[in-house]
Amino acid sequence: MTDFSKDDLIDFLYDEVRMLDDGRFDEWMELWTEDGHYWMPLNYNQQDPLNETSLLYEDQFMLRLRIQRLIGARTFSQKPKSRCHHVIQRPHVDEIDNDAGRYKTVTRMHYIETRLDDQLLLALTATHDLVRRDDRLMIAGKKVEILNCDAAFGNIQLLP
Amino acid sequence: MPNYQTRAEVEALVTPFQVHRDIYTNQDVYRQEMKHLFANTWVYVGHDSQTPKKGDYYTTQIGDQPVIMVRHSDNEIKVLYNRCPHKGTKIAIDKTGNTGKFFRCPYHAWSFKTDGCLLAIPLKKGYEGTGLSETENGKGMKSVGAVHNYRGFIFARLAAEGIGFDDFFGGSLSSLDNMVDRSPAGRLEVVGAPLRYMHQCNWKMLVENQTDTCHPMVAHESSAGTAVQIWKDMGFTEDDPKPPAMEIIAPFMSAYEFFEEMGIRTWPNGHGHTGVHHSIHSKYSEIPGYMDALIESYGKEKAEAILAENRHNTVYFPNIMIKGPIQQLRNFIPLAADRTLVESWIFRLVDAPEELTRRTALYNRMINAPTSIVGHDDLEMYERAQEGLHADGLEWVNIQRLYQEGEDLDAEAVENGTTERQMRNQFHAWVKFMTASMSEAEAAE
Repeated sequence: MTDFSKDDLIDFLYDEVRMLDDGRFDEWMELWTEDGHYWMPLNYNQQDPLNETSLLYEDQFMLRLRIQRLIGARTFSQKPKSRCHHVIQRPHVDEIDNDAGRYKTVTRMHYIETRLDDQLLLALTATHDLVRRDDRLMIAGKKVEILNCDAAFGNIQLLP
Repeated sequence: MPNYQTRAEVEALVTPFQVHRDIYTNQDVYRQEMKHLFANTWVYVGHDSQTPKKGDYYTTQIGDQPVIMVRHSDNEIKVLYNRCPHKGTKIAIDKTGNTGKFFRCPYHAWSFKTDGCLLAIPLKKGYEGTGLSETENGKGMKSVGAVHNYRGFIFARLAAEGIGFDDFFGGSLSSLDNMVDRSPAGRLEVVGAPLRYMHQCNWKMLVENQTDTCHPMVAHESSAGTAVQIWKDMGFTEDDPKPPAMEIIAPFMSAYEFFEEMGIRTWPNGHGHTGVHHSIHSKYSEIPGYMDALIESYGKEKAEAILAENRHNTVYFPNIMIKGPIQQLRNFIPLAADRTLVESWIFRLVDAPEELTRRTALYNRMINAPTSIVGHDDLEMYERAQEGLHADGLEWVNIQRLYQEGEDLDAEAVENGTTERQMRNQFHAWVKFMTASMSEAEAAE
């Protein structure tokens, strides 16, 4: 069994946002465990993803639907397509447990999404729960907190 | 170019089956809507569970008017303009809070009881003999024209005189009744913060879309159609039990016949709903324990009747929509002719299983969020329309589907679910309440 170092974890996170920025969504989906959830709270310090409104709380079916839709022939909100860009700080590795195969990281970043003449800038904190599966790292949970999560937004169509 | 100051100019914007594009694009029309339409109608303010204790307040708006909804010492909900009568400073700026027994202006410490009455002014002798107490400003914070609490839902009319609450809503209150009755305790509570979604389009496009049943299978093919396709690719059929997310999104792809047969009901004064006979909410799974709780409160017959109603979207003119079967309320807040803030709220059914809250939260984030793939489909259409309407080749917008000459919009009616009658109904009411306080004399100005 492979032991993952701090550098391995950081490389993984850099690779992940590069996939999103390049639009390699199928590859990105391969990073997830079967029961992994992507959560984006609506409220600052929100604790409960399910029993109140979140911006996003998606399982693998919903994430697959989301990325499949992006390439659909009749997805009019993606004509023309959006593009995105993540600028990440060096991640904090808060937990490395190679015995259990569990890892936790916190990454602060700026996220830019653009389409037509509009460009949106968000300040984010992404918390990853990573696990070791078949000797590779996978995402078991990802929480993306938007600094101004309670502001009114227009469309956010890609994945911050 | 008309600037829509007169009754005749406003009336000319609406024909029985077409409306002029200025209704969506013209800033003068928007200003007249704020001055007349949103003053003469009963507009949703908030829910009384947002201010459960005396002194609790919630800051919001009616049209473009900043207001505070507050629970007064007599336990009644008051709605006051959010403006100090002294210099105009907003009295409260946070969304919610508790002000105790009085409001205190942060600028010069004028204070007011929670019904708006002036309580104290520091160094009051400076006003002795000045006549302040005879001015309107000297009386305190100004109240809106009228307030009505209907089973927890607070509506207000800005104008001091005008149509009464019951006359304005009439039979349409049956949709609110059904939503509240779905709680075994007959009571709802707001859950969490609302989604806030900014739209660069006119507010009426959103209101119209609530009863537009010919767009889901087209505009939402990208989201709901893809969901159905993935489901098939996974080897499931339409009849297999679906996870809650699929239960919610798949019905958006229902065929035209489904929407034709669901029916649309309209009421006078611009109110109406889709889903008279069935709706996209009809086939949600039963939640264990829920029916039993309803039967215990209401008896079997009434409990079954409550759940047999599956109204889809009910529009309360001018600018909210509710979904009874999943306890949601959407508020289409007009910010400018081409700018609308949509707030989407969810409610808990008091004494019902918490799974129901989970389902409404799921629906809200899947369909109404700025991150929602279904929301993306809709917003794209509104914003394209807002831009397209500037094209000078055609000046009129068509709302003619299933129109019949001599249509009586002042009578309640149930029709084919794909009719655009409810849109015509809204514009009929729009003219009525836009011009209600325009004197004929204004025409001569």
